Amino acid sequence: MQKNGPIALAFHTLVVAFVLAPLLVICLVAFTPENTLSIPTTSFSLRWFREIFVHPDFVASFVNSLWLATLSATIAIALAVPAGLAIDRYDFPGRDGLNALFLSPLIIPHLVLGVAFLRLFALIGATGSFTWLVVSHVIIVTPYVLRLVLAALSGMDRSAEQAAMTLGASHWTVFRRVTAPMILPGITGGWLLAFINSFDELTMSIFVTSPATVTLPVRMYMYATESIDPMMAAVSALMIALTAGAMLVLDRAFGLDKILVGQK
Amino acid sequence: MSRARSALTPWLLVSPGALLFLALVIVPLVLTVILSFHVYDHGTGIKNEFTLAHYLAVVTDDYYLGIFWRTLRVAALTTLLCALIGVPEAYILARMRDPWRSVFLLVIIGPLLVSVVVRAFGWSMLLGSTGLVNQALQALGFGTVKLLYTETAIVIALVHVMLPFMVIPVWTSLQRLDPAVEAAAWTLGASRFTALRRVVMPQVSMGMLSGSLIVFGLSASAFAIPGLLGGRRLKMAATLVYDEFMHELNWPLGATIAIIVLVANLVIMLAYNRMVEARARRTLG
Repeated sequence: MQKNGPIALAFHTLVVAFVLAPLLVICLVAFTPENTLSIPTTSFSLRWFREIFVHPDFVASFVNSLWLATLSATIAIALAVPAGLAIDRYDFPGRDGLNALFLSPLIIPHLVLGVAFLRLFALIGATGSFTWLVVSHVIIVTPYVLRLVLAALSGMDRSAEQAAMTLGASHWTVFRRVTAPMILPGITGGWLLAFINSFDELTMSIFVTSPATVTLPVRMYMYATESIDPMMAAVSALMIALTAGAMLVLDRAFGLDKILVGQK
Repeated sequence: MSRARSALTPWLLVSPGALLFLALVIVPLVLTVILSFHVYDHGTGIKNEFTLAHYLAVVTDDYYLGIFWRTLRVAALTTLLCALIGVPEAYILARMRDPWRSVFLLVIIGPLLVSVVVRAFGWSMLLGSTGLVNQALQALGFGTVKLLYTETAIVIALVHVMLPFMVIPVWTSLQRLDPAVEAAAWTLGASRFTALRRVVMPQVSMGMLSGSLIVFGLSASAFAIPGLLGGRRLKMAATLVYDEFMHELNWPLGATIAIIVLVANLVIMLAYNRMVEARARRTLG
């Protein structure tokens, strides 16, 4: 294949700089010793990282977001694996419709989902409840899990299942001992992707969180609309570090391109 | 295993998810549509009477029309810029060799996983009146430019957020292109440009189309970027809906705008599907 010429490489360098610029600036400013958003030139300081712990609301939101993402990703697995099995392995009336229903949160803007959940929760008296916040996150992350589970199911070799079946294993045993281990990469990748999506979600959450259930992105958004100080940079830098860590794990384990780009 | 049970199995497997999705996707959406027809009174709130007034207000009032127009303009410009940057970048990535290819693919699509709030905040630091961009402009002798809280800032940050959504489908369609075909075109005497136009572009255009669709849809309903980089006065559809719900407390009007955003999104999706089908029919002859 033809190599990239100098013009192509120059263009590529600019694009990479554009992509990384805001993230790099955040990571630099987070270490400023000054009171203003400035890039540290002479000395680095951790004072703004310490400042985060003086704000218990940020710590509480972080813990809240961790729980929310863990619970919603786990529940999404519990729903998407059986649903994926039914959609991939059985032919039943309404199958395509159900598949479309499960994937619909990918097409409906989160803004619209946020408004719709707010209306529903207001009518049933569930506004501000953490349980219902989890449920709303389950809706938006399940499609990501389902897509990966479906891909894993359709890509796997069925002969091992058939062999187990012939040898007299029950349906449950076949699933537990053969199918589940074979689609485990899809399930784990789906869980991590669901976790990250739930942890980062802002647009829908901002409609359905109450002061007691504010998630970290919502807290950061509210904070950033009122005042901007280097503490925001420190929190953001921590989030970037966290995401980069998760990304490396995802990439090592499954190949990030496979998970984000889809199966080739 | 009896026949009756095996017919029931798929239903048992899908029902928990299906019930949850019916109750929490379909029901809330229907409730929102109903909400958008409710009468709203500034003194007493939502009334149990129905009206088309909100839809009429939105399509006749210059204030709302201006915001819709801005939303369309910003989303269209973002889509165009994403295509202009993302398509060549995907092509360049496809021509790289490992390990650079994997490394840069990670660099380009990795930010997708970083929270939008974080990225918006990064841009607000870069584009602020004392930000790096203005410092650079000053150093070059251009003087400062007001970037933050302008449409330019919104578009720049949106392109940053949306770029992976353009690169991914184009990259995927390029993976299906056998590099030997392009080489064959050169061997047969085609110029670089002709080979690009006649061999690579047709392959890429489907990826570009689906990328554009995703980018346009997500940009038109983006919330964090216009919220943080547009400031209080420069509103887009999503920030307008948020204001109606949280500050004005006029829920029916907010619901109306949200429904319009949803319908516009679905119409674009359907039009795209039509286009893909028509294209498939053409290629099949």
